[in-house]
Amino acid sequence: MKTATLKALLAARAAKTPAALVTEIDGGAQTLLCDRAPPGEVAIGAALQAEVDAARSADRSGTAEIDGKQYFIQIFNPPRRLILVGAVHIAQSLAPMAALAGYAVTVVDPRGAFATELRFPGVSLSTEWPDDALTALDIDRRTAVVTLTHDPKLDDPALHVALGAYPFYIGALGSRKTHGKRLDRLRAAGFDDATLARIHAPVGLDIGAVSPAEIAISVLAELTRELHGPKTGGKE
Amino acid sequence: MTKTPNIAAPPRIDDPDDILERAAAWRAAGRRVALATVVKTWGSSPRPVGSQLAVDDKGAMLGSVSGGCIEGAVIREAMEAMEDGRARLLEFSVSNEQAWEVGLACGGRVEVFVERVE
Repeated sequence: MKTATLKALLAARAAKTPAALVTEIDGGAQTLLCDRAPPGEVAIGAALQAEVDAARSADRSGTAEIDGKQYFIQIFNPPRRLILVGAVHIAQSLAPMAALAGYAVTVVDPRGAFATELRFPGVSLSTEWPDDALTALDIDRRTAVVTLTHDPKLDDPALHVALGAYPFYIGALGSRKTHGKRLDRLRAAGFDDATLARIHAPVGLDIGAVSPAEIAISVLAELTRELHGPKTGGKE
Repeated sequence: MTKTPNIAAPPRIDDPDDILERAAAWRAAGRRVALATVVKTWGSSPRPVGSQLAVDDKGAMLGSVSGGCIEGAVIREAMEAMEDGRARLLEFSVSNEQAWEVGLACGGRVEVFVERVE
């Protein structure tokens, strides 16, 4: 890899903009595809471009063979995002765990006493109301939203915004009974059952989690399953 | 109520930014550097496609391309790539003992692309 290519790649990553690196395996010629990339060494024909586009949208690096030549297409997408609504105890465990798993975490809580740097060192915090905060965060399909406050005043506006967009995961903390009431409120607000079925609730895999850290593990496990799917097709 | 320690999010052990940043920093410091990248896997390989390992000419490394079973051989090849500048594709599998004298304990197969940072 040329140092100029490496530098452009790092700049794209720092700017949180997507990049793709195409390498011809035989010989190691490379073309970087991103803003401000240096001139490439590999010609990107239509067939190769199609492979790059597919890898980009699948968010998955891989090899491609075109006209007998092997290419490696490495996708450098910005980190997936996890938006936690509620700067509560569970969020204090989930934020660092999710960061370890590669998520860029934002904690949203308008209650200034909760969303503090002391409680969430190094975590991006928003003290706007959840609907404003989530709208500003511009949810995409590489984003997950989890509500944790137990307070309809805070959780519901967040769910309104999340259900109006297409995050890959929406989870809401609360018992089945709590969730039943929540569904009633959301139905009254005009959401249909197909839309409401997108909410994972009670949030997390059923692993008997009790402590905040254990609940965080179950949520992170469910996020992971949503991303990749179980290897056994869920039969095991 | 149990107390949750206020710990900052720790750095990711395999953060691709970190690995590439380090590679760039080593280059800027005048060291020779090679990058190894997992490009293909079959079966139960320990690290996914795209995983990277940066190596410098003193053998310092950051990142991983396996659970540790093939890193030694990859580093040797990376050192050679730093010398001759040739990019190379390495293949590791359990059945490939005579070629590399290392195997993947997990029974997987993996292809690793090794290149010099020019």
